[in-house]
Amino acid sequence: MVDVPLGPIGTAPSPATEDVELYHPHSWVTKYVFSQDAKIIAIQYSFVALTVGLIALVLSWLMRLQLGFPGVFTFIDANAYYQFITMHGMMMVVYVLTALFLGGFGNYLIPLMVGARDMVFPYLNMLSFWVYLLAVLILVASFFAPGGPTGAGWTLYPPQAIMSGTPGGQDWGIVLMLVSLMVFIIGFTMGGLNYVVTVLQARARGMTLMRMPLTVWGIFTASFMALLAFPALFVGAVMMLFDRALGTSFFMPAIVEMGQTLDRSGGSPLLFQHLFWFFGHPEVYIVALPAFGIVSDLISTHARRNIFGYRMMVWALLAIGALSFVVWAHHMYVSGMNPYFGFFFATTTLIIAIPTAIKVYNWILTLWRGDIHLNVPMLFALAFIVTFLNGGLTGLFLGNVVVDVPLSDTMFVVAHFHMVMGVAPILVIFGAIYHWYPKVTGRMLNDTLGKLHFWVTFLGAYAIFFPMHYLGLMGVPRRYHEIGEMAFVPPSAHTLNAFITIVALIVGAVQLVFVFNLFWSLRHGRPSGGNPWRATTLEWQTPETPPPHGNWGKELPVVYRWAYDYSVPGAAEDFLPQNQPNAQATAGLAHG
Amino acid sequence: MAVALILVLIALGSVAFHLWSPWWWTPIASNWSYIDTTIVITFWITGAVFVAVVLFMAYCVYRFRHRQGQQAHYEPESKRLELWLTVITGVGVAAMLTPGLFVWHQFISVPEDATDIEILGQQWQWSFRLPGPDGKLGTTDARLISPDNPLGLSREDQSGQDDVIVEGGELRLPIGKPVKALLRSVDVIHNFYVPEIRAKMDLVPGQVSYIWFTPTRTGTFEILCAELCGLGHSQMRGTVVVQEQKDYQTWLQGQASRSFARLSPDAQ
Amino acid sequence: MGSILIFLSVLLIIGVWWLSRQGLMAKPWLEQGIAADWPSTSSAAPAAAKAGLKVFLAVVGSLFALFISAYAIRMQLPDWRALPLPKVLWLNTGMLILSSLALHGAWNAARQGKDDELKIGLLAASVTTLAFLSGQLLAWRQLTTEGYVLSSNSANAFFYVLTGIHGLHLLGGLAVLGRTTARAWQGVGAERLRLSVDLCAMYWHFLLLVWLILLSILTGWAGNMIDICRQLLS
Repeated sequence: MVDVPLGPIGTAPSPATEDVELYHPHSWVTKYVFSQDAKIIAIQYSFVALTVGLIALVLSWLMRLQLGFPGVFTFIDANAYYQFITMHGMMMVVYVLTALFLGGFGNYLIPLMVGARDMVFPYLNMLSFWVYLLAVLILVASFFAPGGPTGAGWTLYPPQAIMSGTPGGQDWGIVLMLVSLMVFIIGFTMGGLNYVVTVLQARARGMTLMRMPLTVWGIFTASFMALLAFPALFVGAVMMLFDRALGTSFFMPAIVEMGQTLDRSGGSPLLFQHLFWFFGHPEVYIVALPAFGIVSDLISTHARRNIFGYRMMVWALLAIGALSFVVWAHHMYVSGMNPYFGFFFATTTLIIAIPTAIKVYNWILTLWRGDIHLNVPMLFALAFIVTFLNGGLTGLFLGNVVVDVPLSDTMFVVAHFHMVMGVAPILVIFGAIYHWYPKVTGRMLNDTLGKLHFWVTFLGAYAIFFPMHYLGLMGVPRRYHEIGEMAFVPPSAHTLNAFITIVALIVGAVQLVFVFNLFWSLRHGRPSGGNPWRATTLEWQTPETPPPHGNWGKELPVVYRWAYDYSVPGAAEDFLPQNQPNAQATAGLAHG
Repeated sequence: MAVALILVLIALGSVAFHLWSPWWWTPIASNWSYIDTTIVITFWITGAVFVAVVLFMAYCVYRFRHRQGQQAHYEPESKRLELWLTVITGVGVAAMLTPGLFVWHQFISVPEDATDIEILGQQWQWSFRLPGPDGKLGTTDARLISPDNPLGLSREDQSGQDDVIVEGGELRLPIGKPVKALLRSVDVIHNFYVPEIRAKMDLVPGQVSYIWFTPTRTGTFEILCAELCGLGHSQMRGTVVVQEQKDYQTWLQGQASRSFARLSPDAQ
Repeated sequence: MGSILIFLSVLLIIGVWWLSRQGLMAKPWLEQGIAADWPSTSSAAPAAAKAGLKVFLAVVGSLFALFISAYAIRMQLPDWRALPLPKVLWLNTGMLILSSLALHGAWNAARQGKDDELKIGLLAASVTTLAFLSGQLLAWRQLTTEGYVLSSNSANAFFYVLTGIHGLHLLGGLAVLGRTTARAWQGVGAERLRLSVDLCAMYWHFLLLVWLILLSILTGWAGNMIDICRQLLS
C-alpha cells in the first residue's frame, strides 16, 4: 500500500471556479418544486418519507390496539389487521428508512460533506424523487382500490400473496404493491447512481477517501449495496406479477385451493424466498450502514474526540457490506430449504457479528476520555448504541441456526428486528435531524421539546420491545390476529400485551411533539450560526447558512486534513475544520 | 448524571426482568432440550456483553462529561486494544456457534428407527396420516385431491392402503419413540409448530420437508401454524396427544379398520 | 443462486483492486495538506458520465445474473420442458454483433475526428439494432403461433421474460443512440459527440455480452458446459 504523496503543508492555491454547469432555476417552480438542487431534493424526500412514516405509525397503533385489547375494536378484523401489518412493514422498511437515509440524508450530506457543488447528475436526481413520489402514490392508492391493500405480510411470500385466502391476493392490492416496488426500485437506481458517482468523482481537492467522514462512507457503501440488491426484489416482483396476472408458474406449484385445483404446476415458492432475502438481508444493512456512519459522526462531534479507530471503522463497514450478501438464507432456516445450507449460513451470519461488534467498541471507546456534551443529538446517539447493541445481540440467537428453530416466526423475531432496524436507525434519524437542522434552516430545534421527545421515545421504545422478546421465547407466534386461548400462554402475557400497546400509543403520540418542534423552530428557533456544534466536517464550513444552490459560493473548498481533528494537542481550538490549512491558525476560516 | 444513572438502570433492569419476570419458555416435551441449552448459553454470553457495554457507557458518560476547561484525550486508534477486542469477540462467537452447529447436525439427522408420519396443511386446518400395520406411508400427488380423497393418496400404491388418516383433528403419538414428520401442504406455506416440542418447520406446497423428534412426556399440546397463511392463520390450530405405547396401539387398531374401508380401491 | 454470487465475486475483486489503490491503509490523522498529484477537476463531466454508466452496468449485470439464477433453480424442477429456439435468433445475434461492431467503428471515428465515418457507423448501429429488436419480436410471434405460450410452461415464460427485459434495455439505449445519430447527421462534430458515442459503445458491447450469455443459457450450452466441468472435477 502506498501512502498518498503529500504536498508541502500550507495553503495550496484554491482552484478558481470553472464554469459551473449547474442548472440555475428561473422560477419558483423550478427552484422549489422541480428543483435540481440536491438539498431541495433531500428536503422533498425527507418530507414525503416522514409523511409515509406517520401513516405507518398510525397503522402500528391500530394493530397494537388489536393485540393489546383483542375484540374491543371490532373494525380491526383479520382482513384489516393483515393489511395493516403488511403496509406498516413495507412502508417503514422501504419507503421510509431507505428513502430517508439515502434519498434524504444522502442527498443533503454527500455533496456538502465531500465539497461538491451538487450531485453529478442533477436532472436524474430530480427525476429520482418524482419517481419515488409516484411509487408512494401507487402504494397509497392501494388503500382505496377494490379489496384494499395486500395483507400478505411484508415478505409477500407466494403462493399465499396471490391467492384468494389473503386480503388483496386476487384483487388489486398485491398488483399495486408489486408495481409500486418496481417503480421505487427504478427511482432509487437513478438516485443511487448519483450518490455513488458523486462520491467517486466529485470530491473536493484534497478529499481522499480516508479523509471522508464516516457518514459519507456509510451512505456510499449502502447505496452501492442497494444498487446491487434491489434488482433481486425487482426480479421477484416481475415474476410474481407474471404469476398473478398472466398465469405463469414461476412460484406456483400444483395447488388445491379450497377444494379447487388451480391450473398451475411445478413452481417453487422457495425460489421467491431466495430472491426476496437476497434483497432483504442486504436491505437491513442498507438501513444500518448510513446509521452507523451518522452515529459515528454525532458521537465524535459531541464527545469532542476523533472517532476511535477510524481505519478499522472503514474496513468494518466494507466488510459488513460485502458479507451481508452471503447471509440471506438465515431468514430461511425453517423454510424447508436444504437443511445443510444451515451450516454455511449460520457461520457467515455469526462472522458478520465480529466487524459489527468492533464498531460498537469503537463508539464507546470514543466516549472514553472524551469531553462529552450531552446535547440532544448525542443523547440519541447514546440511545442508538443501547438499542442497537440489544437488537444486535438477539440477532445472534436468530442467526445461530438451531437456536433460531424455536424462536423463528415468534414475537422474538418481531422484537429483534424492531429493536435493531426499527428503533435503532430511527433514533439515529432523530439525532441526525437535531444535529443538521441548524444547517438546513439556520435555526436550532427547541432543546426542551427535544429532550422530552428523546426520553419518551427511547425509554418507551425499549419498554415496548424488550419485554416482547419474552413473549416470543414463551412461544407466542407473530402475525396472529388474535392470540386467543393457548394453554402455554399465562394470563399475565395478555396484561403484558396491553401494557405494550399503551406504551406504543404514548411513544407514537410524542412524535407529534417532534413534528411540532420541526415547524415551530422554523420561525421561532434560536439562530444557529454556521457551525453551532463546532464541527470539523465541510458541511459546517459553507460561506452561507443555509447553503444556497451551488453550496460554496465562488471557490470550492480545499481539504487539508481528515474529518476528525478534535482536541488536537497544541491547536488553538478543540476542533480543526477540514478546510483549515494550519493547525495553529484560529478556527473560523470561511465561517458564515 | 441522570443519563448515566438511567443507563445503569437499563442494564440492571434488563437483567432483573430476565431473571424475575414470569415469562419464560413452556416446559419441554421432546428430546430437544439441547436446543434449550444453546439458548441458555447464548443468553449468558450476550447478556454479559450487554451489561458490560452499557455499564461502561454509563461510566464514560459520568466520568468524562463536559466540565469547564476539560479537554478530550487525543488518541486516533490503538491497534493492540482493537486486536484484543476482536479476538475476544471471535472467541465468544465461536462459543455460541460451535454447540449450535453440533445440535443442528443432530436436528437434521433422522435416526434409523424413526416412524414416518405425514402432516398436511391446508387453509386452515391440519390433517395427519399415520402408517398402518405395514409401517409405510403410501405416495401422494396434489392433483389427485378430491372430496373423497382429501390428501391426494395414490390408489395404485399398496403401502397406502392401510394408512390411517386423521382430518382436522388430533395427532396421536406414542411416547419415547422417534417420529419423522413429513410435511406437505396443498395450498400455501404453513408451519408446523408445537411450542413444547421446540421444533418447527415450514410445509411448502410442491415439496416435502421434514422434522424429527421424540415425545418425552404424555399430555395434550397445541399445534399452531407459524407461517402467515391467509385470513384464518391464527385459527389454524390442532392438537398433539402423546400417549403411552399401550393406549396408542389400542387407538391405532380402531382407526386402521375404519380408514381401510374408506380408501379401498373399489371406493372409487 | 450461483450466477449472482459469481457476478458479485467479480465485482468484489474489482472493488478490492480499486480500493487497494485508494490508500485504505493510510493513517489519515498523520497527513496534512493536499496530495501533490490530485487530479484536476476539468475533466470531471465526462469522467462522471463514464463512471455513472459503469455503475449502472453493474446494476444491470446484477439484474440479469439474478434472472439467470432464478432460471437455473427453476429449470431443475421436474415440469420443465425446454422449448425449441426459433432459427431467427441466430440472425438476430448476427445483427447485434454487427451493431456492436458498427459502434466500435463509430467510436474509432469519433476519436480520430472523422465525421463521415462516424455518421455511417452510428446509422448502421441504429439500423442493425432495430433489426435485432424486430427479429426478437418475430421470434415471439413464431413461438406463440406454434403454441409455446407464456403460461403453458415456465421455460416459455422465462424465454419471454429474459428476451423482453434484454430488449427493453436495448430499446432504452436506442433512444440515446438515435438522438446521437440524429445530432451527427445534423452536422454536430465528432469532437462534441465523442462522449455520447463512447457511452453508447460501452453500453452496446455490454448488452451484446449479456445477450450471448443469455443465448448460451437458452440453448442449454451453458448447462452442458457446467456439467462437463463438474465431471472433470469429480
